[in-house]
Amino acid sequence: MKFGIVVFPGSNCDHDCYHVARHVSGQSAEYVWHRTAGLKGLDCVILPGGFSYGDYLRTGAIARFSPVMAEVERFAKKGGLVVGICNGFQILCEAGILPGVLMRNRDLKFICDSVYVRVENAKTPFTSSYREGRVLRLPIAHADGNYFTDGDTLKRLEDNGQIIFRYSTPDGEVSAEANPNGSLGNIAGIVNRGGNVLGLMPHPERVSEEVLGSIDGRGIFESIVRAAQARGTHLS
Amino acid sequence: MEITPSVIEEHGLTVEEYRRIESVLGREPNIVELGIFSVMWSEHCSYKSSKVHLRNFPTKGPYVLQGPGENAGIVDIGDGLAVCFKMESHNHPSFIEPYQGAATGVGGILRDIFTMGARPVATLNSLRFGSKDNPKTRYLLGGVVAGIAGYGNCIGVPTVGGEVYFHESYDNNCLVNAMTVGIVRKDRIFRGTAAGVGNPVIYVGSRTGRDGIHGATMASDSFGTGGEERRPTVQVGDPFTEKLLLEACLEAFKTDYIAGIQDMGAAGLTSSSAEMAARAATGMEIDVGLVPRREEGMTPYEVMLSESQERMLLVVKKGSEEGVLEIFRKWDLEACIIGRVTDTRRLRVLDNRIPVADIPVDALTEDVPVYRRPSQRPKWQDEAISLDVKSIPEPSDFNAVMLRLLSSLNISSRKWIYRQYDHMVRTDTVVLPGSDAAVLRIKGTDKGLAVTVDCNSRYVYLDPFTGGAIAVSEAARNISASGAEPVALTDCLNFGNPERPEVMWQFENAIMGMKEACVKLGIPVISGNVSFYNETSGHSIYPTPTVGMVGVLKDLKRHTTVWFKEEGDAIALLGETLDEIGGSEYLKVIYSRDAGLPPRLDLSVEKNLQDACREAIRAGIIRSAHDLSDGGLSVAMVESCLSPQGPIGAVVDVPSGNIRKDALLFGESQSRIMVSLMEKDVKKLGDIARSRGVPFRVIGRVGGSSLNINGLVVLPLETIADAWGNALARFAG
Amino acid sequence: MKVNVYVTLKKGVLDPQGKAVAGALVELGFKGLRGLKIGKFMELDLDVQTAQDARKLAEEMCRKLLANTVIEDFRVEVEG
Repeated sequence: MKFGIVVFPGSNCDHDCYHVARHVSGQSAEYVWHRTAGLKGLDCVILPGGFSYGDYLRTGAIARFSPVMAEVERFAKKGGLVVGICNGFQILCEAGILPGVLMRNRDLKFICDSVYVRVENAKTPFTSSYREGRVLRLPIAHADGNYFTDGDTLKRLEDNGQIIFRYSTPDGEVSAEANPNGSLGNIAGIVNRGGNVLGLMPHPERVSEEVLGSIDGRGIFESIVRAAQARGTHLS
Repeated sequence: MEITPSVIEEHGLTVEEYRRIESVLGREPNIVELGIFSVMWSEHCSYKSSKVHLRNFPTKGPYVLQGPGENAGIVDIGDGLAVCFKMESHNHPSFIEPYQGAATGVGGILRDIFTMGARPVATLNSLRFGSKDNPKTRYLLGGVVAGIAGYGNCIGVPTVGGEVYFHESYDNNCLVNAMTVGIVRKDRIFRGTAAGVGNPVIYVGSRTGRDGIHGATMASDSFGTGGEERRPTVQVGDPFTEKLLLEACLEAFKTDYIAGIQDMGAAGLTSSSAEMAARAATGMEIDVGLVPRREEGMTPYEVMLSESQERMLLVVKKGSEEGVLEIFRKWDLEACIIGRVTDTRRLRVLDNRIPVADIPVDALTEDVPVYRRPSQRPKWQDEAISLDVKSIPEPSDFNAVMLRLLSSLNISSRKWIYRQYDHMVRTDTVVLPGSDAAVLRIKGTDKGLAVTVDCNSRYVYLDPFTGGAIAVSEAARNISASGAEPVALTDCLNFGNPERPEVMWQFENAIMGMKEACVKLGIPVISGNVSFYNETSGHSIYPTPTVGMVGVLKDLKRHTTVWFKEEGDAIALLGETLDEIGGSEYLKVIYSRDAGLPPRLDLSVEKNLQDACREAIRAGIIRSAHDLSDGGLSVAMVESCLSPQGPIGAVVDVPSGNIRKDALLFGESQSRIMVSLMEKDVKKLGDIARSRGVPFRVIGRVGGSSLNINGLVVLPLETIADAWGNALARFAG
Repeated sequence: MKVNVYVTLKKGVLDPQGKAVAGALVELGFKGLRGLKIGKFMELDLDVQTAQDARKLAEEMCRKLLANTVIEDFRVEVEG
């Protein structure tokens, strides 16, 4: 299968995602410049973390107008797999491809730390390698990860099983103390209604190799590879 | 504008220096030329007071590819790769505007690294603030940390390590030293040379504004009480533009277009153009009328002296202009041709084709004034080092003393700080902040790098020679305790006013001490920076020669951290504990004394210790290793117990011999490393230690839910975790 | 008493945010943009009697906290 990693001006986890897609997962991968109009031959598009356009004005606000985003939206509509990590998640929300917004962290500071998240739904193309309820230790690194949406949307997300990861204690308890940034319902990651677009604040690419102390994040890449291979042909 | 004595003085030039300018030019300088001379002859750019002493440093070694004199030093690490690093200060700007001062400090040192062709892979910093009782300390700490985070996180270079200390000598003059480490292919190193007569000179990056005009002279000027009024010259950093500049430059380096490149740091366009021409023994002609500007009505003087950030000067091969410009345009950056390389060995500046300055480049670089300033041992030195140990009572309750130490700002956990820094981006950080050194992998090889910064300025204050030698030794010990071989160092020498003989005495002696350690441990100095005039209203900071060091792990898998790993492991101490409490953090925290002589240092003992430690780690028998430093054995024990993977207890019983109990627990004797290992490997470690003549003793065992040292300190893990873990956060909020 | 406070970057100080946003507007096809600066707007509700007192207090707040006078200017508007 083939991953495409979008490079916006200011993306800074693009190399990390490429490394895991190409060298850890052993799949083909290519960088996609933000001015590109066309996602030919790709099975999964990753919007990586970073500070696209410096996070100026609002996180993701400018990047979402990059030419490639119209393509990403089309790609997602056709059922292509899209993952937005950290800044990528913020861009997907600004673009309206995922519901909600990511606000300033509760304590207003940038947080780089390892946190625990519980897998809420293992029946998605991004989480099928995990067992439901499994607790993962994943790094976060953001200043704006405080997920918010209105009550109706939250209920819909819950009813449809669109909440994929919640911040929890190491034992899997979803509690206020386990919430690093003030996210509504401890939400760390969600999918769209179609289940083919994932946005998450933690960085799975940072814990996908033994040398980095944990491979808790690798399951997301493995799940994607499995899902893409099951589909067989390229969507785009 | 007429050049009057007061104009000359405002430019920080002495009468003699002005005379010299007249004789170099054979005429009076105009104001543009005076401005150019003033920044190039400032202490910051010229090193005029430090040059004669810096020559003492060993700068060569079998692996050194680039020593001091370039934008950064470079060391060969095999596999066709090299590591490039440097440290720099941004002290004065950070005191005036902590967020922007620290941010632009990070931005500047990053440019120094990528201008050499290297991709920055890690940043570290060394910070000093005033006492916790000074109301400004909290504000400066918060601003500086946020500024470093704001810049480093955005550009996507992990901030992997550092040190921070609080002491009243920094009350009116904080220190912000930033170090960046980069990786470069050995055959793709770029230098700041204006090579090739006729080659075009290209300006890239942010537009030029009136930022930081006279920043370079400001950094060479002591603050008076009106220091805060100098504010408008502080620059604002734009990490987003720097990220684009970084990627665009690295893309340009893959082509054959670039003949030379240098960032515009202190003294901006002036120093980059003059230095590039000087290194290549060429000349340069530039037209400031072609420089992109942010503001209208800027004079040639302002354009030449502006310190606007995120700008680079390139010399490219004739005919490749369009190719270069295209790369920068792709990254939404401005780039334009502003001049060409000449063979005149002069820097000629035009303003829309009208000449406004014409100066021999050597007069701005090689032939700057050099001073051997008078030096004298301070009168108060004897009083500072006198300490009647008998007058210091031994505490009766060691648990209480321990908790006071653990919750003091200089000992407690730094997590509140490094949690704000992205220390994992680029996915190379194998050992995260909190250990003796951060360890990075090098993708595509089996190798790793260990990086650290270190300086105990109290030691340097009490005995500059020994303090300087300890700064180098301890940095090397941090590297060795991580399993890596120290390969080279960079330094940032922060001192007071060099025109004071007492400060010069500290400076000279600290350098000689550092040199001695470098020679004995075989570690060359490959780059560095001097920051003088760190004083306010006559009060100097403690002399702070910060050392940044890089070590190489041939086999990344064989690295160690400070944290205990398994219950039942043996704990052993390499090295000897002496009856020393002089200059210790214990003496400061408990008795409010900065007194006595710092710990003794025997460099042969130090070398043997580090060799033994590395050999044992390479043999695969060491589970944890921790250098004993501030707070001595007891604080090291606490840090080893409080692993990020979960706390783990320990019980040790160290034979005290004839030494004081407080020296045993909290003394800072040098050349000691505490290790933990499996019982079955104890004999092997003993053999290694003996073969190198290193004192070695098993002192206890890992395990349990408390820390017990000789029955004197007996504390539950939760208690020490709370005291040590939360003190800084409680202070900083 | 309602007071509006505008905090903007001083003339001549680089505004990275404004620069990036202006670039984005141009990219989106907007014509006629000469410049764009980003600042902060704050609404204060002050318990004081006169407009003069309100201005005085607000200006003091600006100097002390609301504006970073190293790089920012402020403007105070007292409502009705």
